[in-house]
Amino acid sequence: MSFAIDYQNIFTRIQVRGPDDTGPPIEGQIYKRGTSIFHNYWLGKIGDAQIGPIYLGWYGSASLLFGIIAFEIIGLNMWASVNWDPVQFVRQLFWLALEPPAPKYGLSIPPMAEGGWWLLTGFFLTISVILWWIRTYRRARALGMGTHVAWAFAAAIWLFLVLGFIRPLLMGSWSEGVPFGIFPHLDWTAAFSIRYGNLFYNPFHALSITFLYGSALLFAMHGATILAVSRYGGEREIEQIVDRGTASERAALFWRWTMGFNATMESIHRWAWWFAVLTPLTGGIGILLTGTVVDNWYLWAVKHDFAPGYPSLPYTPAIDPSTLPGATR
Amino acid sequence: MNPARTCLTALLLGATLFIAGCEAPPPATDQRGYRGQSMGNVANPRTLAAREAANQAPEAQPPADPTGPRVSTIYQNVKVLGDLSETEFLRVMASMTEWVAPQEESCGYCHNLENMADESKYQYRVARQMLIMTRSLNTTWTSHVGQTGVTCYTCHRGQPQPQYTFKQDSGPMGAAGMTASRQGQNVAGRLVGLTSLPTDPFTELLAYTGQIRSVSTTVLPAGNTRNIQDTERTYGLMIHMSEGLGVNCTFCHNSNNFGTWSSSPPQRATAYHGIRMVRDININHIAPLQPIQPPERLGPEGDNAKVFCTTCHQQQPKLLNGAAMLQNYPELGAPRPAP
Repeated sequence: MSFAIDYQNIFTRIQVRGPDDTGPPIEGQIYKRGTSIFHNYWLGKIGDAQIGPIYLGWYGSASLLFGIIAFEIIGLNMWASVNWDPVQFVRQLFWLALEPPAPKYGLSIPPMAEGGWWLLTGFFLTISVILWWIRTYRRARALGMGTHVAWAFAAAIWLFLVLGFIRPLLMGSWSEGVPFGIFPHLDWTAAFSIRYGNLFYNPFHALSITFLYGSALLFAMHGATILAVSRYGGEREIEQIVDRGTASERAALFWRWTMGFNATMESIHRWAWWFAVLTPLTGGIGILLTGTVVDNWYLWAVKHDFAPGYPSLPYTPAIDPSTLPGATR
Repeated sequence: MNPARTCLTALLLGATLFIAGCEAPPPATDQRGYRGQSMGNVANPRTLAAREAANQAPEAQPPADPTGPRVSTIYQNVKVLGDLSETEFLRVMASMTEWVAPQEESCGYCHNLENMADESKYQYRVARQMLIMTRSLNTTWTSHVGQTGVTCYTCHRGQPQPQYTFKQDSGPMGAAGMTASRQGQNVAGRLVGLTSLPTDPFTELLAYTGQIRSVSTTVLPAGNTRNIQDTERTYGLMIHMSEGLGVNCTFCHNSNNFGTWSSSPPQRATAYHGIRMVRDININHIAPLQPIQPPERLGPEGDNAKVFCTTCHQQQPKLLNGAAMLQNYPELGAPRPAP
């Protein structure tokens, strides 16, 4: 019995298993490629079944090394925080964290037990991430590609550095940084928002959410469109850009029919790239302004008519007892 | 049957069941604020009914005759309740036995049965301080207890030790040495809603008078030095208050900005006084008892059990379903003037 899902192409249906593909030749290439290629059937279900060739190089190796060091410092300190108890380490893993230094240390170097490890982890992780960025940049250049991936990655690094390095510097205290831990970093986020009068009233936070949700919407629209015309070869997007075929024409007409306007096979990727990049870019600006320039975003928003000052009906609002004579402070 | 179709059907069915199993019966939302602000108080009727059943106030003893000679002239060493009549005094003693003392020990839990005026049992001295406290709460803390008032039962509920208290607790020991300190947080905190917030926000904020307020009241930075760690401690206390009273944040706050009083429901002022009342209890009535209490009553860090919101409230905003405790026990209110 045939079923409609067979023709909707939601899952990869066909695995291409040709001879090893070592990629295009590059001028000045010194390594011989293709020595480490193998195939994996299950990965072929979600992508290309061919694994490799992998290029690690000096930057990649160093990045992995520093990344592993950071990961180990976090993990071992988490484990130590439950006195090396393996059961508690597993049970409490999502609660455990490596905390930044206490506020009293300011920007000084604290003792290792009092946040020194956090500082060291931040250092190694930053080195690792930046080396990985260099790698994405250099690999793209080596292939004669644009460096769009590297710059998109840089947008994420910007937000990472604002949270863990730039804003603490401006606030004059490492304690403003984010703990390394699953739930603790979420608690940090909630406390951060409350301390500064509700981050939802921060317009840059609003922009960041707009771009984040917009990214999801664009991703869904684009993914759906291409899958819907893949029966006409629509997934070969590059060919469709250069020589527009019936897949592209149908996809374009679909969107003009439904909303009067269509992105092109090429411009949809620009939309997606900018939405994705602007998410951490605007978010980082919002974080950077918090506590440095604005101390209560709700009051800021009401003052500047960004949010309405709601009437407090139907109840008579509370009066701060500490402002009344004779009240216990 | 097509396997893909079978899988899909199973997946959809499983997902439906997964979501449908969330909470039954559906929680009721009670809108309390101006429209569009999500000032809803969400409560599950089943949970509310269970709490109501678990918080039944005991039947009051028949009222006592307040006339006749004062008990201080009849019994020896009556320091707190000396202004009562003998029948009133005995009524309170009988009620205290019912509310606090273990059944098998009865009066002997606090008293030397050979000599009822003997102060040698530590329970006797604790009970005396608790009577001072109860009268003080009913007279000087009407900003929190109103005319409802409190009795021993409010906290004790038939147990010698109230069920819900806190002791100083830095959480389980880490490996110490050079390894990173957990800084009093980052384990599943039983008293802070199993979050990774500071496990003991209470000692600093309720057993001492640590600062709770963290949110800035000015648009621009103007000297508010409260940091994220301070805010997390306050957050932990607020989770306790929410759980202890069985209410959402919106019971006292407009969560669009927790700090603003002009948009807060009036309950927030009651809670404000409650916090100060709890500090008064802990600092002036309970902490001073620590030296006379045996080691088994003390916590891992040597302090005695302190009260917080759950001690009395036990998941109800109006504790014991709003029963008027003081009205039934006027003996525990203001001392009678000497005749």
